[in-house]
Parts: sequence; structure tokens; C-alpha cells
Amino acid sequence: MKTYTVNKTYGEINEKIKKGKAVVVTAEEIIGIVQKKGDVAAAREVDVVTTGTFSPMCSSGAFLNFGHTSPRIRASKVWLNDVPAYGGIAAVDCYIGATEVVEGDPLNSIHPGEFNYGGGHVLEDLVAGRPVRLRLESYGTDCYPARRHEKNITIHDLRDAFLFNPRNAYQNYNCAVNMSDRTIYTYMGVLRPDMANATYSTSGQLSPLFNDPYFRTIGIGTRIFLCGAQGFVAGPGTQHNPDAMRGENGVPKEGAGTLATTGNLKEMDPRWLMGASMLGYGVSLYVGIGVPIPILNEEMVRYASVTDEDIYAQVYDYGVDYPSGSAQSLGEVSYKELRSGRIKLHGRVIPTAPLSSYYKAREIAAILKDWIDKGEFLLGEPQQLLPSCGAS
Amino acid sequence: MYSKKIIIRYGADVVDKPVVYSLVKDFDLAFNIMRARISPRREGLMVLDLSGTKKNFDRAIRYLRGLGLSVEPLSKSVTRNVDRCVHCGACVAFCTSGALYLDKNTMEVIFDPEKCSGCELCVKGCPTRAMTIDLL
Ligand code: SF4
Ligand code: SF4
Repeated sequence: MKTYTVNKTYGEINEKIKKGKAVVVTAEEIIGIVQKKGDVAAAREVDVVTTGTFSPMCSSGAFLNFGHTSPRIRASKVWLNDVPAYGGIAAVDCYIGATEVVEGDPLNSIHPGEFNYGGGHVLEDLVAGRPVRLRLESYGTDCYPARRHEKNITIHDLRDAFLFNPRNAYQNYNCAVNMSDRTIYTYMGVLRPDMANATYSTSGQLSPLFNDPYFRTIGIGTRIFLCGAQGFVAGPGTQHNPDAMRGENGVPKEGAGTLATTGNLKEMDPRWLMGASMLGYGVSLYVGIGVPIPILNEEMVRYASVTDEDIYAQVYDYGVDYPSGSAQSLGEVSYKELRSGRIKLHGRVIPTAPLSSYYKAREIAAILKDWIDKGEFLLGEPQQLLPSCGAS
Repeated sequence: MYSKKIIIRYGADVVDKPVVYSLVKDFDLAFNIMRARISPRREGLMVLDLSGTKKNFDRAIRYLRGLGLSVEPLSKSVTRNVDRCVHCGACVAFCTSGALYLDKNTMEVIFDPEKCSGCELCVKGCPTRAMTIDLL
């Protein structure tokens, strides 16, 4: 068991929050404080560091209960605005996934497909309060005789609606280039031939899991900003991999931890949840997430003060290597370089573009800070931390 | 040296006139045809990048309008819906004219319609469909 000079508990910090006395700063602001005062003094002074990320996050969706109809139906097939939802849950429950494409979409038959509408857009329409066509089909039973039902609904007509995202907030991700001789359309955006551009997709030093690389404070029950509402970490996300390659500072240099998140869809705001159409790839959902990092001790403040300079991403070729499943890293670049607008790779200077909005990530960190400052948001003490590796 | 991108829209009656030729010969303007489209009914649209002296440019626009053509700056036809733009930056990857670019300090994506070449890549490339171009 490590001993620290500064020791705070969740309870103590929450007491301060309730009294309006907690000191809250964003993951950008903490950098200068730690550099100036050192980690012990910074840990004494600051109670919470807020983070943020806003990007297209596949592996998102919502459970909806649309209530019983008369006559009753045991819906086995469900569509929302002609986007199929999964109905194999219960009579009037379904799950609408972000990446499900609307029925009849030409997909990639004319490449690159436009993918104008899908599950992500249904979720946006619901959250924005717009009407959505619900269509149900069944085979009919003695207790649920109806075979068909169709009506317009809004989110207010739904009995329950909660977002449940199996994998969000990836702790680090690839930087993508295209070494082939044609333009390619990927989930990493449009990549021009012969490494003419590079794309990347996390908010670096502002991103939640970069600020707590070993998940010392994040786990089941951590209260978070989720698309404008107060939501929770439901557990490790799918593909959560604490054993990824890490730098000396403990920060993963490749895709590593992930979060499963959940929150009440009815409390969300369309500014922080928006459908995405990825040219030639498919549909997805922009999700905004902010996680508060409690500064329990000086080690946590050290982690939370990580800078873009010390965070690295691996560069992969999405032209040939990645699709073939045998991707070899072409090299690594720091988020400082990525955010500067150009990286150097194999002696070439390549312009970069993000897919994740640093601007919105910054706004989320500021909103979360404001909520905590006002005493509207209390830390949720995790019931069980995310799986981590044993390091340091 | 003055330079501006314009959209010329014309009806079937002027499709045969050597409009571009006059711009060069009578007004000493250099041009770059960025797009040209003639519909089956022979109405047409042309996006031109014109450069020369401001005086000649203005005279040329008057001449074109005198022929009954509709002439507008290209920048008027390209718009960004600020409510849908999430400043993700995805467009920075393919907007090679530099009309959509990232402000390194605020990390906002800025749209400068004057630089736009009318390539329309952002119309389908923007994941939130924030960009519209009216080239009808
Ligand atoms: S891709 Fe669209 S949403 Fe993203 S910054 Fe560009 S215009 Fe805005
Ligand atoms: S049409 Fe769009 S992508 Fe093309 S130059 Fe203009 S702003 Fe850039």
C-alpha cells in the first residue's frame, strides 16, 4: 500500500462540493498549476479535475420501452423511422443501435455511400423531441394478439429511454494514413492517397481516460457528464484492454481502456448527442462525455496534469495494412504534433485533421466544472474500479 | 491584382456566346474554370476564378449581367449551418482550398467562404451535414 502526503476521500470532497468550497479546474488548467506549484501543493489545493471528449462513438445505443398498445403486441420486429431496432428483449422493449442504417439505404452500392440516416439520427431526433415513426410486427399470441402496430411517437411518449453505450471514451486511438494510391473512405474519415493527410480521434490531454491512466478513480458508479445529462460509468467497455503498451508516464500508447456508459436519454441535450454520417463507412453517433477526476492524492494530480506532449498515438496505414488485419505501426506521434496540424513521418510532413472535437471537449470540461462549482453534481464513488494492470 | 470566384448561371439563349473568350480578350482577365455544367435543356452553370484589375473585373461583371446572365460571388452559395457544426475538424482533411480550417488557439473550425473552390466535398464529407452548397 502506497502512502501519500495528501489524502482525501470521496466523502470529504463531496462535503466540500455541497458547501460550495471545492476547488475544481479543467484538465487543461491543472497543467499549469502542477508545473508551477508541484504535485503535493497542487493536490492540496485542487479537489477535482474535469475532462471532456466529443466524437463519433460507435458502440452506442439506447434501450427503449414504448409501453403497451391495445390490443397488446409482443413486438418481435421493431423499426424507428424505418431503422431496425433489436426487439428480442421483451414484449415492448427494444435496443436501437447507433450504427444501424435505415432500411432501403443504397449503402456503398454507389461508392462512397452517403449514409444519411440511421440509429444515431433516430437517437438525435428523439432527444431533440422530434416525432419518430414507430413500427412493430409480431406473430401474435393468446396474451398479445396484435400482429402489427404503427404510430408516431416522441421521446415523451416512451415509458423509459436510457442510453446504454457498450464502448465509449477510448483511451487513446490510432492515427490513420493511407499509403495506397486511391482516396479511401473510412471510420477515420476521408484519407487521401500516398499519405496526403492523417486523421486522429481523441481530445488528448482533455480526454477522460488519459487523466487517470490506471483507472485509480474510475469504475462502476462513477458519475459523469453524458450527452448533457448526469450519467454513470456502467463498467469497463467492450475491448477494454488495460495491458496495452504504455509509456514511462503510464499513459497507453495505443487503444487501451474503454468505458461502458449509461444515462437517462430523456435528460439529454441534442447539442451533446448528434447523428453522424461517415462517408463511405456508415452511420454513428457523436457522444459527449466528461469524467471528473477526484484528486485523492498527489499521484492523481500528477496523472491529471498530463500534457499532449507526453501522449502518443500509433500511426497505421488504412489503405492496405489495417483492412487486411495485419497492421504494423508505422511509427508514433505525440498529440502535440497531431494538434499542431502536421506530423513528420518517414521524412515526410503530413497535414493532420481531428475527428474528435477539441472545442466541444473543452466546453464539456467547463460545464462539468460549473456543475460541480454550483454543487449540482457530486462525485460518484465507484463500487468497483475498472480492471487495471498492476503497474507502478 | 484582384481575384474573385464567381458563379455564372445562364439560360439556353446565351449558351453559344463566347462569354469566357470576351472576359480574356476585352477585359484582360485571367480565369480558371473550377466547374462547368450544362443541363440537357442547355441552361448552364460555371464557377470561375477570375483575376485581373479591380476596374476590369467590375466592367466584366457589368458586361455579363448586361447579357442577362446571373452572376454571384461563389461565397454566397456556400453556407455552414452553425447549429450543426460540432467543430470536429473532419472537413479539414479534405477541404484542400483551406476554406475550412482549424484555429489552433480556440480549436474552432473556421469557415472562410472567400477561399472556397466550390468542390462540394464537404457537403457529403461533413458527418453532421452542416455544409450546404447551392449550385443549382
Ligand atoms: S466536418 Fe462538419 S461538423 Fe465537423 S468541423 Fe467540418 S463543418 Fe463542422
Ligand atoms: S466546397 Fe467545401 S470542401 Fe470544397 S473548398 Fe468549399 S468549403 Fe472546402
